[in-house]
Amino acid sequence: MRSPEHVELVRNDPDLPPVAVIDRRPMTTGKKLIFAAIGLVAAIAWALVAFVRGESVNGAYFVVAAVGTYVIAYRFYARLIEYKVVRPRDDRATPAEEHENGRDFAPTDRRVLFGHHFAAIAGAGPLVGPVLAAQMGYLPGTLWIIIGAVLAGCVQDYLVLWLSTRRRGRSLGQMIRDEMGTIGGAAGLIGVFVIMIIILAVLALVVVNALAESPWGVFSVGMTIPIALFMGVYLRYLRPGRVSEVSVIGVVLLVLAIVAGGWVADTPWGAETFTLEPVTVAWLIVGYGFLASVLPVWLLLAPRDYLSTFMKVGTIVLLAVGVIIAQPAVQAPAVSSFAIEGNGPAFAGSLFPFLFITIACGALSGFHALISSGTSPKLVQKESQLRLIGYGGMLTESFVAIMALVTAISIDQHLYFTMNAPGTLTGGEPGSAADYVNGLGLAGPPVTGEEIQAAADSVGEESIISRTGGAPTLAFGMSQILGSFLGGASLQAFWYHFAIMFEALFILTTVDAGTRVARFMLSDTLGNLGGPLKKFRDPSWRVGAWICSVVVCGLWGAILLMGVTDPLGGINTLFPLFGIANQLLAAMALALVTVVVVKKGYLRWAWIPAVPLLWDLAVTMTASFQKIFSPEPSLGYWAQHNAFREARAAGETSFGTAADPAAMDAVIRNTFLQGTLSIVFALLVLIVALVALWVCVKAVRAGGLPTTEEPDTKSATFAPSGLVSTDVEKEVAAQWATYYDENPDQLRTGTHA
Amino acid sequence: MSTLRRGWRALAWYVTGVLGESDYERYVAHLRRVHPGASVPTVREYWRDRYASQDADPGARCC
Repeated sequence: MRSPEHVELVRNDPDLPPVAVIDRRPMTTGKKLIFAAIGLVAAIAWALVAFVRGESVNGAYFVVAAVGTYVIAYRFYARLIEYKVVRPRDDRATPAEEHENGRDFAPTDRRVLFGHHFAAIAGAGPLVGPVLAAQMGYLPGTLWIIIGAVLAGCVQDYLVLWLSTRRRGRSLGQMIRDEMGTIGGAAGLIGVFVIMIIILAVLALVVVNALAESPWGVFSVGMTIPIALFMGVYLRYLRPGRVSEVSVIGVVLLVLAIVAGGWVADTPWGAETFTLEPVTVAWLIVGYGFLASVLPVWLLLAPRDYLSTFMKVGTIVLLAVGVIIAQPAVQAPAVSSFAIEGNGPAFAGSLFPFLFITIACGALSGFHALISSGTSPKLVQKESQLRLIGYGGMLTESFVAIMALVTAISIDQHLYFTMNAPGTLTGGEPGSAADYVNGLGLAGPPVTGEEIQAAADSVGEESIISRTGGAPTLAFGMSQILGSFLGGASLQAFWYHFAIMFEALFILTTVDAGTRVARFMLSDTLGNLGGPLKKFRDPSWRVGAWICSVVVCGLWGAILLMGVTDPLGGINTLFPLFGIANQLLAAMALALVTVVVVKKGYLRWAWIPAVPLLWDLAVTMTASFQKIFSPEPSLGYWAQHNAFREARAAGETSFGTAADPAAMDAVIRNTFLQGTLSIVFALLVLIVALVALWVCVKAVRAGGLPTTEEPDTKSATFAPSGLVSTDVEKEVAAQWATYYDENPDQLRTGTHA
Repeated sequence: MSTLRRGWRALAWYVTGVLGESDYERYVAHLRRVHPGASVPTVREYWRDRYASQDADPGARCC
């Protein structure tokens, strides 16, 4: 075959067809025009979002601005990173090809792997953060979600995926130790563990706030457990391996459970049985986390994961279609006064740094680095596909975050703050809540207590006042958007509980998988200490599994209960800690990437990971600093701690929002723990950042240093790079098809299609 | 009609791929190619093994 100009075909074996296509053809005029048009449309949508004021801002503009920006970023910025940093070599075998065992190392079609990777990175995070950040108005959140994803989040995911692929799919913690030494590695390992615990606690808190005092929600979410158990038994004993069949059955049962929740909540016994106090719900979730951690995977965890994947894709598509069809009008201002004064009720602190903390997932999420190292690198067929998987996967998550933001900003502003201000501000009653939000000076006509109650009735809830945590707000917004064209007012309650259900499903899937992963990290660490603890290394030792599960659940359960009973409002104080933790993990991942890029001698392009790293360090360090040192009690944990301690010492029996001495003691205890955690997080990341800096300086002085990249192995397969095959790729694939026809014994899995 | 059928098959291929249902066939094909002499597990055995190895090494899910 004669290849066109600027196209190079790479062969590793003269008897085999080419294994790589290096395509440097310039863009055709037609393509240039298409990209110019996309850029223009995106620019117009951005202009409409940024400069049009008043009630005419249409929610669909946000979607157009986002998608247009993603296309341009994927085509140009991600391509630049590919050329200058990743430098993929498709003649090199990936771990999937080299170590293929048909199980965890298995070359997987890039489109399937994209779905796989996306299902693993997307969860409740991008749905919750943007909803809370909507208190600052729509513009800051929109800018950060889109620009943050393009310049930081996608870069992190892409490059960590690249590092791990070149290192046989090693985990983030291992790579930090390999590239940055034992001190950096130890700080990284402890950091990952502590961060995991805080993330589990805060996500569980979101579920508690969505389910407390909601019999409908408790019933339908509770039903997911018997449904998962049924699916597990079905897959093990009745029809093994029929995963999609059982998932469809599970989803049907899930929808039935949502409908049945409405009936149950309407009966007196149902309302009585399933109306639970927040503390009760919290204990139930801790117990669930423990069970999920010690029960076999096939029984509970795996079937839940199938359900979660189905619901994830389904609801995201539903929400996208909803926003595009309903085109909700935006109710929030571009920038609210809370953004400037830093006194917002959903979370305290001003725009910088707290907006960037609150929206972690969807713009830059360190947790993704744990997913991008490990599983996906063991499945990818070619290095050039990493751009689609890593960068493209994160762009998709950013899109989910944008839709969550659009949903939140299209809710009536008075109702939004009714739902998101802590109970100590709203008073918990419709009348007092109306007085409170009407006093905030929001745009639009004031709200009455009857209207607040009517809004709660419309979604089948007792009350919508102070349902903090983001999930109820998103569900409320989704019920309005979907109800406007699917079923009208009569189905609004169904859509509300549908949204609550899928958020709870995502979060509980993260909680059970996370508890299990944290349990393994703990037993590994204990086992590595040696001596009598060596026994912990054996994963089949049940006593060890139970001990570690109790410790892990105890740790996050304690923080969860602390949040649930916090007189200051749990989300308000804990969510920033969650965001800081997630962003600090991102700082560790980006530090690792920067170190490797400098070691490899790509100094000129080190800014690609270094700019997001410096930005992330600035954000998290400022936020940590304010949380530790701010004299403002609503912002600084220690200021709050000292204020309550002094009041207690002065013999006062109530202070601020704490009505009795026990509540005051709770605040003193909670702020101590939160303040301590802030210090620990900040120190761990400072250690990693300093070690990274030191290694970089060493590498620059030495003119580059060796990395722990695995040596090259020659590839003997071919696969296209992008989502759609090019003409040359199709031709090469056809050659391979002919070759496999002639040599059927050589046919490899994952090489068809 | 054939377009419909092709579309359905593409969808089935994708869904079973993402959920992992087609992993069994992939494993069997791998065994046949690389270890022609090895005994091939049944579907039931394959999934028992797979969940057992997941028990020992769980994958994280994101927030």
